[in-house]
Amino acid sequence: MSNASIPRHQVMTLSPKVRDRTRIGRLGPSRLRIAVNYLVMVPVTLLFVSPIIYMFIASFKPNNEVLSGFGVFSLQDLSFNNYLSIFSRFSGSDTGTFTGFLTTSLIVSAATVIGGLVVNSMAAYALARLRWPGRNLFLLAVIALVIVPFEAIAVPLFYMLDGLRNTYLVQFLPFIASPFSIYLFYSFFAGLPKSLEEAARVDGAGAWRTFFFIMLPNARPVFATVAILQFMASWSSFLWPVMVIDDPTVRPLPLAISVYVGTPPYGWGNIMAFGVMMVLPMLVMFLIFQRWFIRSVVTSGVKG
Amino acid sequence: MATIKYDNVEKTYPDGTKAIPGISLEVRDGEFMVFVGPSGCGKSTVLRLTAGLEDITGGSLFIGDRVVNSLAPQQRDIAMVFQDYALYPHMTVRDNIGFALRMMGRPKSEIRQRVEAAAGRLSLTALLDRKPRNLSGGQRQRVAMGRAIVREPQAFLMDEPLSNLDAKLRVQMRAEISSLQRQLGVTTVYVTHDQVEAMTMGDRVAVMKSGLLQQVAPPEELYERPVNIFVAGFIGSPKMNLFESVLRRDRDGGTFVTFGAQELAIPKEVLRERPSLGQRKDGPIKVGIRPDGFILTPNGSSDQSIEVTTEVVESLGNERMVHFIAQVRKASDADTRDQRTDLEEIAPDAGTSMFIARVPPYPRVHERETIRLGVNTKGLYFFDEEGNSLF
Repeated sequence: MSNASIPRHQVMTLSPKVRDRTRIGRLGPSRLRIAVNYLVMVPVTLLFVSPIIYMFIASFKPNNEVLSGFGVFSLQDLSFNNYLSIFSRFSGSDTGTFTGFLTTSLIVSAATVIGGLVVNSMAAYALARLRWPGRNLFLLAVIALVIVPFEAIAVPLFYMLDGLRNTYLVQFLPFIASPFSIYLFYSFFAGLPKSLEEAARVDGAGAWRTFFFIMLPNARPVFATVAILQFMASWSSFLWPVMVIDDPTVRPLPLAISVYVGTPPYGWGNIMAFGVMMVLPMLVMFLIFQRWFIRSVVTSGVKG
Repeated sequence: MATIKYDNVEKTYPDGTKAIPGISLEVRDGEFMVFVGPSGCGKSTVLRLTAGLEDITGGSLFIGDRVVNSLAPQQRDIAMVFQDYALYPHMTVRDNIGFALRMMGRPKSEIRQRVEAAAGRLSLTALLDRKPRNLSGGQRQRVAMGRAIVREPQAFLMDEPLSNLDAKLRVQMRAEISSLQRQLGVTTVYVTHDQVEAMTMGDRVAVMKSGLLQQVAPPEELYERPVNIFVAGFIGSPKMNLFESVLRRDRDGGTFVTFGAQELAIPKEVLRERPSLGQRKDGPIKVGIRPDGFILTPNGSSDQSIEVTTEVVESLGNERMVHFIAQVRKASDADTRDQRTDLEEIAPDAGTSMFIARVPPYPRVHERETIRLGVNTKGLYFFDEEGNSLF
């Protein structure tokens, strides 16, 4: 109710409680509430973000200043030397090149994401919507596999893919099918109204066209979530490359940084620069898809 | 347009459950056929069998001259309107309506033209570029209709399309769907649990119970000549009062049925119109009386009257619903028992039943008041022990 519609004397006699409630309803939360919110949120945010800020600033600092405590946050003596040092250190075929590591990581992650989206979404659709013998057993197996850590299957996998060592293929092939991604897609498809699919069938769409024209466009938030999760897992994958890659020309970034740390001389500033270059693509990926990612986390199901 | 013929169509699920033990029925070309019945009676299953969304396990289904048992939904040349409308959330109204034509591979110009024509007919032109989430319930319902009519199919199948709308909009859409169907003349199978919808929309109404057709007839016939106690109890709002009674004849040729401790005389013309009632021996009988079969007789002027004490009086403005308890045992079968209303549950003792009478607003009737209600004995319905009508 606006004040214009209330006689003036009645406005004046409103109780303080009612006046407060009216003000909150119109203008949002009180200043006190906003202050308390900030008081809690700012320290928590800083706690999470400060290591990244530290890494960014330190990557521009001389090696001897990186471990100088809070002094690292002074914005003096900044330079690109650490970055240039990384590029010059990795410049031959025996060491591999930084662009080579980056290319490997990009190829492997892109293949994992693209392959993963195609394979996992289709598998989940088949599990959620199609009727076939053994479907429940297969679903049970997928869910059970979610809790099996990669370390448990790393050795058998190593022997199974022995012939593919030191290739791009070996780095993404085992990670395309992901039980967790299947489960995410499955939950989404199972939650879509069945009538949507039936309407498509009556409208003349077969299973494939229903999947591509109806299911996929509605599943965009899940696609974004799966893309980000699989990209993150692939981008930072370390154990598997250690086991199957010893050729520097197909070495991914996490393995490269580990090799760099293990072969002195190196400086902490260089390592920070390496870290920044490794984190940036992931950050860009998140920024591109964050709208979908947040939506898929916040919402469940589709509103008609 | 086409006829739809169910020739002993059956549906048995893999676990052995017989949802439809076998129905035979012909929906005529251009007819508006309504399937109505309580929850779980199989009406939606019949519709899904017709659409091809469920497999037929016995009998034959004809759409036009073709047996369509093994045809996929898209090959049956039907359009379906779903209970939740099933609009594609990511598509605009235009794309939703045109999707079926796109799947058929029609040229874009034809799709645009037909979509706009359908939208014009349903007053959707201004909404063509909106997404379903930005539409009201009534508008979504119209889009679902647009999606059906744009294809110019042989038959429309509608699965409780009005059940998600509020009461006012439902009345409006009821009229719109009926009018549209008459204009287009497309054979329509419409499923609902709402007998008011069934009575107001259908050329004929098929009443179902436990997967079996009980009666297929025009609405007036269902109301006036129900074949059994289930149909009698299901059709009509408020529903018919049904009670256990005893038929008795006296030496003077008079025929009576008991209403608790009282007796009601059956007019001779009623016996003439219902030969099987006239020939029936004295003994137990089930009797039905519609709420408007009671007449308010404040001075006790009618000799065919009963004295009752009101429990609840509901005023609807132009009429009043008077609920009263009588010392009479309710007549019902398993399904009509399921339909007992909350008010009926008030009846406190075994051997008593809650009745409902529809009376004019004046003279005023109050709760907990003893009144006399006349009974229009010409409007009584009679059923044998199995619940079959006695005509």
